[in-house]
This record gives sequence, C-alpha cells and structure tokens, in this order.
Amino acid sequence: MKKKERRLGTKPGTILAFVAPYYIVFFTFTILPVIISICISFTNFNGMQKPDFVFMENYEWLFLEDNIFIKSIGNTFILALIIGPIGYLLCLMFAWFINELRPRARAIVTLIFYAPSITGSMYLVWRAIFSGDAYGYLNGFLMKLGVISSPIVWLRDEQYILPIVAVVGLWSSLGTSFLTFIAGFQGVDRTYYEAGALDGIKNRWQELWYITLPIMRPQMILSAVLSITSAFGVGTIVTQLAGFPSTNYAAHTVINHLQDYGSTRYELGIASAIATVLFVVMIVSNHVIRKLISKVGN
Amino acid sequence: MKKVKYRPKRLNRSLAGDIWIGIFLFIFGAFMALPMIYAICTAFKPADELWVYPPRFFVENPTLSNFKDLFRILDDSVVPFSRYLANTLFVSIAGTLGHVVLSSMCAYALCKLKFKGKKFLFNLVVLSLMFNTAVTAIPNFLVMSKLGWIDTLWSLVVPAFGSSLGLYLMKQFMEVMVPDSVLEAARIDGASEFRIFFRVVMPMVRPAWLTLIIFSFQGLWNLANTSYIYREDLKPLNYALNQVLSGGVTRVGAAAAAAVLMMIVPIVLFVFTQSKIVETLSTSGMKD
Repeated sequence: MKKKERRLGTKPGTILAFVAPYYIVFFTFTILPVIISICISFTNFNGMQKPDFVFMENYEWLFLEDNIFIKSIGNTFILALIIGPIGYLLCLMFAWFINELRPRARAIVTLIFYAPSITGSMYLVWRAIFSGDAYGYLNGFLMKLGVISSPIVWLRDEQYILPIVAVVGLWSSLGTSFLTFIAGFQGVDRTYYEAGALDGIKNRWQELWYITLPIMRPQMILSAVLSITSAFGVGTIVTQLAGFPSTNYAAHTVINHLQDYGSTRYELGIASAIATVLFVVMIVSNHVIRKLISKVGN
Repeated sequence: MKKVKYRPKRLNRSLAGDIWIGIFLFIFGAFMALPMIYAICTAFKPADELWVYPPRFFVENPTLSNFKDLFRILDDSVVPFSRYLANTLFVSIAGTLGHVVLSSMCAYALCKLKFKGKKFLFNLVVLSLMFNTAVTAIPNFLVMSKLGWIDTLWSLVVPAFGSSLGLYLMKQFMEVMVPDSVLEAARIDGASEFRIFFRVVMPMVRPAWLTLIIFSFQGLWNLANTSYIYREDLKPLNYALNQVLSGGVTRVGAAAAAAVLMMIVPIVLFVFTQSKIVETLSTSGMKD
C-alpha cells in the first residue's frame, strides 16, 4: 500500500533538486535585495556605520524638500510615457507591418529593427550625430539646409536634452517586447482570417482589431510588462549622452538620482527610499496596464 | 492547357495599403539602421575622411587602419586585450550555461511536477518581470560584499543564473510543447525524473533553450557595469572598449572600430537563431 502511494507523486527530494538551485539564486539576487532596499529606506545609513531607524524621514525629505527629486520624477514620467506607450505602439505597428512581408524579407527587416536594442555601445554614434560643433552631423545637416546659422550644443542645452534622450530611448526600445509581437502575429491561425472575411471583415484595420489583437492578447500583456519595466529604468542613456548630472538636471531621471545618492553621497537610506518609490510606481503601472489591455477588442 | 500557378489569395489587402506599409517600413528602417551604418562607415574611414568638413556620412576609401589603431591602443594598455576578452567570454559562457540548466530544470518542475507552493513561486518570477533591476543596485552591492564576491567574476556570473525572463519563457514553452502523456509513458518505463528531463524534455524544447542562450549571452556580452569589480585585470571587454571610446577626439576611428566589433557577435548570433526565438516567444503570452 505504502509503495503505491509513493508512486503517485514525485519525491520531495527530487522536486527540491529541480527547484532549489534556481530559486536560491533568484531569492538572493532579486527578492532579497528588494526586501533589504525597503528596510534600508526607513533608516539613516552610510554603508559603514550601523543604520539608525528614522521611519519616514527619508520619504519626507524626498517629497517635501528635495526639488531635484520632484524634477527627476517628472522627467522619468515624461520619458516613461514616451518610451512606454509610444514605444509599445511602435512595436505593435512595426510587427504588424513586418508580418505583411514575405518570410525572407520579414527576417531581414526584423533584424534591422531589433538590432539597435542589442548593440550595447552605440552612444558613440549618437554623440557624433548630436555633437555640439559644426562637425556634428545634425548641425552640419541643418546648417547646409540653412535652418540654423550657428551650431547648437544639443546635449548641453536644457531645451533639447530630454527630447534627444527620448528619441534615443525609443530607438533602442524595440527589444524583446518587439520580438514578442512578431511571434504573436505569426502565431495567428490563417483560418481565423478566412472566417473573419466571411463574417464581413472589410479591411486590415478591422482584421487587426477584431481578430488579431484579441488572439494575441497574452503576448500584448507580456510585451507591455517588458516595455513599462524598461521605460521606467531609463538612466544610462542620460548619463552617456548628457553627462552626469545633465545640464541643470534637464534630463535627470529617478535612476540617476538614485545613483547620485547611492554612489556619490553614500546616503543609502535616501537612495533606497527612491528605489522603493520607483519599485511601487513600476508595479502599480504594470497592474493598471494589464487591466487596460484585457479590454482590447471587447 | 496552361498550368495556373496557385497562390493563396490575400484577404482584405489593398495595393495602396501595401505601398504605404512599404514606404513606412523603409523610412523607419532607415532611421533604425543609420546609426549602425554610420558606425561601420566610420570604422573604415581613413583619418583624412574622419575630419573632412562638412562631415561626410559614407566612407569613400575604406581602410583597416582604425582597427589596427584599436589593437595598438589595447596592446599598450596595462592589461592586455586578450585578458578583457577572456573575462567577457568566461562571464558570458559560464553565466549562460548556468542560466539555461538551472532555469530549465526549475521550469520543468514548475509546470510538470506536482507540489505545494509552485504557483506562488512562479508568481514571484512574474512579479520580478515588472521591476527594473536598476532599483536593487545598492542592496545587491551589499549582498555581494557579504558573500565576499566583490572583485571576483562570480559577482557577474551567478546572478545571471537567476534571470527571471528565461525561467518565464521556458516554463510557458514547456507547458505548450511537452505533452503530459509522453512524460507518463517515460515514468511507466521506470525512468527517473532526471533522466526524463535530460533525455525527453530538453530535446523537445530546443527552440526555448536556444532563446535563453541568446538572451542571456546578449546581456552578459554587453555588460559594462563594473560596480562589483575594481581590479583592472578582471574587467569585461565592453568596459575596456568604452575606455577607448572616452579617449577623446583623436580616437573616434578606433572607437567606431570597437563599437563595430562589439555589435557583430550578438547580431550574428541573432541571425542564426531568429526563427527559434520567434517560435519560443509565440508561447510566451501572459494571462490577464
């Protein structure tokens, strides 16, 4: 009898051997840091001495006293709104259009659109394009057209930094979420389209809205999650293009502000409070967006 | 009789629409590709073309001198180029291997074995897809120093094992592609779970582990973040090449050569695995 019962399930030891190695690493480097970060955010901690508990002081400081934090939140939201939703819609649109191509062309065009997100060190090129002297490509081009008479210092001028960061961010945002869309479009069974045509679908827009999008809703959700997560994480682009900090904090994001407190001033309590705020913002926006997408096509 | 070649009729497609799509893809494709074309052109420009005014986009007399410059600069550095390359190769390969094995095993247990709490464990991974790891930089440093991994390559290799996207994709793919009946048959034949996993499941999910390999490798190859590594001889290749990049105007050609060398590897890998990656992602959807 006993032997028979054991055959039904897998031995706990075996399950542990499968699950534990991954989850030990995952807990140590993903979950534990979040918990530590939340804990530190309620303390005054410089990394060397024992942290003392100050409860909400760090948050009060950030929201009531620190003007640059408020500015960085604003910049982060502007960038996230541009790179998130617009980037997401671009991913969807490009994937849709690419899906209309023949297989060979499809593979090549997919590569062209995806490549920017996997080339790590392209900032050099963007710096050359937006270079502030007459040798910069954009300056050279605009001066040749006669739009401007003297070169503009693009990456040092408050007016232009944020839009430029947004453009470069969009350029490199067609990553995994874009490929997910490509896969989603290819996964739709042709017979649905044939059935749809019989039911009175007249053009490709209707086909997209009434057939394709509802079928690939699960892909849309994963894609949205990945887009939002990376949109709120903009930081390196700013540092690489506009320096640290950018002129008058024109493109200073929450991530930059976190780095400032964390690695320049060793105010780990405040830095962790920033991290916690950003963490909450990301989780909440992800849930909101998931709710929104579940309404598509209904 | 003339043979009529059958071509499936494309439903609801107008020629005008096709043309607009072509124009649209061409314009945006050019915008996407220009920076990379620029980098390639610059890498092959001789010195006199780099400094011509007004600036010229395309290269006229391609030369390899920038690549020679790059290798000369890297040879002159305190740490030889081969050392940086070895570091990056070690981190990329070890990190990727560990990630594929650990997350595949775990994904198998999460979708095919029965035990308590597996839903909770998986939801944690899904939750972690929703925040950027940039927010955990500080506690991660504290964890690394507690482990004594500062200034070791393990600080870059081991965290890669636990990447959450890989586990997520693998689990979703197994759920669709590995039928329970096959596993049952193997169990009745008396095969152990480990044997089933390595001999039955892994061959069935080849597209998924290729995808995991590519995603993981791309991330690790491009790693320039050295907040855990201060010893010069342990730093990754991308860090060394970024130093060339920040070397000022005289090095623009060499820097472009460096950028081209760095981007070749992930792009070539993607070209060969694109169809497998798309196949894997087709099962990747998230339920609402």
